[in-house]
Amino acid sequence: MEFHSFLIKYGEIGIKGKNRYLFEDALVRQIRFALKDVDGSFYVHKAQGRVYVDCEGAYDYEETVESLKRVFGIVGICPVVRLEDQGFEQLKKDVAAYIDDVYENKNFSFKVEARRSRKQYPMTSMEMNCSLGEVILDTFPETRVDVHHPDVRLNVEVREEIYLYSDIIPGPGGMPVGTNGSAMLLLSGGIDSPVAGYMVSKRGVELEATYFHAPPYTSERAKEKVVELARLVSRYAGPIKLHVVSFTDIQLYIYEQCPHEELTIIMRRYMMRIAEAFAKKDGCLGLITGESIGQVASQTMQSLLATNAVCTLPVYRPLIGFDKKEIVEISEKIDTYETSIQPFEDCCTIFVAKHPVTKPNLEWIERSELKLAEKIDELVQTAIDTVEIIEVK
Amino acid sequence: MEIYLDNSATTRCYPEVGKLVYQVMCQDYGNPSSMHRKGMEAEHYIRDAKETISKTLKVSPKEIFFTSGGTESDNLALIGAARANRRMGNHLITSSIEHPAILNTMRYLEEEEGFRVTWLPVDADGRISLEALKEALCRETILVSVMYVNNEVGSVQPVAEAARIVKNYNPRILFHTDAVQGYGKYYIYPKRLGIDMLSASGHKIHGPKGVGFLYIGDRVKIKPVMFGGGQQKNIRSGTENVPGIAGLGLASEMIYQDLEAKVEKMRELKAYFIEGIRGMERTVIHGLCDESSAPHIISVGFAGVRSEVLLHTLEEKEIYVSAGSACASNHPAISGVLKGIGVPREYLESTLRFSLSEFTTKEEIDCTLETLYNCVPMLRRYTRH
Repeated sequence: MEFHSFLIKYGEIGIKGKNRYLFEDALVRQIRFALKDVDGSFYVHKAQGRVYVDCEGAYDYEETVESLKRVFGIVGICPVVRLEDQGFEQLKKDVAAYIDDVYENKNFSFKVEARRSRKQYPMTSMEMNCSLGEVILDTFPETRVDVHHPDVRLNVEVREEIYLYSDIIPGPGGMPVGTNGSAMLLLSGGIDSPVAGYMVSKRGVELEATYFHAPPYTSERAKEKVVELARLVSRYAGPIKLHVVSFTDIQLYIYEQCPHEELTIIMRRYMMRIAEAFAKKDGCLGLITGESIGQVASQTMQSLLATNAVCTLPVYRPLIGFDKKEIVEISEKIDTYETSIQPFEDCCTIFVAKHPVTKPNLEWIERSELKLAEKIDELVQTAIDTVEIIEVK
Repeated sequence: MEIYLDNSATTRCYPEVGKLVYQVMCQDYGNPSSMHRKGMEAEHYIRDAKETISKTLKVSPKEIFFTSGGTESDNLALIGAARANRRMGNHLITSSIEHPAILNTMRYLEEEEGFRVTWLPVDADGRISLEALKEALCRETILVSVMYVNNEVGSVQPVAEAARIVKNYNPRILFHTDAVQGYGKYYIYPKRLGIDMLSASGHKIHGPKGVGFLYIGDRVKIKPVMFGGGQQKNIRSGTENVPGIAGLGLASEMIYQDLEAKVEKMRELKAYFIEGIRGMERTVIHGLCDESSAPHIISVGFAGVRSEVLLHTLEEKEIYVSAGSACASNHPAISGVLKGIGVPREYLESTLRFSLSEFTTKEEIDCTLETLYNCVPMLRRYTRH
């Protein structure tokens, strides 16, 4: 069966009162962006409180559906057959042909749901339901009607043309990106941070990202991997401005001046500070990390308190209550897992102590940081000034 | 200035080779199997390459088969010969420090096709024990494969002696050598040495990537592992990679020109480099350093420095080297070869491989040594505790 349009179902947007059009416009914009590189030409528009994607001419069905499945805000995607209105007799034939083509196994219960936005159509919705239901029952004796819990809901919408659809492909849910401000993701090369970015972006948030590069301890390939991860996340989140910070000098300076067990915590505090500086400069409303309580030494409650203390922006940690297994499941779903597990060293592990502090005391950490007073501001400023920006899309 | 000391990973193409490859791709692009003149032209390139290569080995052109490179040559030699000679027995022998193309093919034959494989141990110099070879040979043995030059530490295997032992035991046992690191550095004459099959690769001798050859002695029974249009006497089907083959032919001719002088130069530079390294604290050269080792490979352990970090530090100065072996260094598993030759733990993760070519200069070695002298002490200050 050839489908000519997709009816886009959206959930939460529908309840946003007078702001509704803002959400719908963002959804339309995101759908257009998602379909930009798909083979075919598409007309994305709002009509009668719905969003439609009309496909003009030949297009790649699989690719279109895959791309739509990555647009936040979409709850369901209904492939639609559009028919010219050539009278009810013809419609009966077309409905039978539709059922025959779409459902190989006819052993199902169904319900016809007709709607007329063109009210001058000669039949009422109820009459259409009955009559088309009869056609299906007569043509395919294995089918049966169930108006309460049907396996198949056949929607027949009478507009200028007649729209037939019955299948709903689940979308990712959430809200369209661009409806909720932007946030700065601390992106490492690991499994967690891309998932964290995905989760926050799903709530309609645009993303920027900061990656800490520590040559020669981390390689060019490690950086490439992070760019690739950003690209994979951007398939959902839209374009991402990636900040690549040269972090080596700061790391080595901390290494020289501070107790070794505290290195990771202090380092992470400087990462937060630097990421926040970029965030504030670009008007981001928060930071995002992939932290999950207790996963590693630097993610205990005490450690989170110590790293959190340097920020004034809120730090969003969407994975905070997730187990590793649950995070891996999402990363597999969004296709970042394979890239994340490529074995390149990231800058958090290079100097990690055998026994890093797991319950850092904020006062001690702050006291240790005093030892950095001589040069650290200058090093941080240099790191900020020499940032490399990569626009990932 | 770029300093390329990773010639065991791959080499820069000779410019003449590059030109020839381009010409064959864009002008003489015929299919050697075509019946018309264009096809014949293409066939001539293959014929010429076979002739050139066969001369370097003192074998017949008919015994040269082109492949996609060292890995395919090794696969064809082992799988093809093992399957074809199965009736004679099911025992295979190889060394424990072969290239993965041999190790994993042997493992496949062992696990999937029911052959029994003996892995010969190596001594601290990275050479197989001939005693162990003698002990391993048995009535069931059909194939022995020993590499010519080890790619990680540059040890040269006693291939001639090994082949002699094998042939004395039973002349029908096939002897294969993976000469990917040896071809173009040594004169290797299979017929004199008792070698039945020899693998080589184009891009290690300043030729193109994606092309190599397998010498198969005319009396060797071998079965194809790929099936298709029956090219190359049905041993290796598939339209020949004519540009690559032409390039490989020219590269083999060029690399064997003045070979003694080139090797002598590499040896001098190697000795000079080793002497420089010896002046550095807490370093060690793996394998032998004398004339019995390969002229172009130097494996150095730097205690207290992780090889990856030192590699990237050198990279910043445009000095390109490998950690262990490039083929294996994308996954940070510790090198089996280094472990095999008994390298102490503290050096296992701290070893770099420097590999020279005929283009390497003394200035480049000086610059590399100077950089090492500057970087290594600095890197040693920052370590994981």
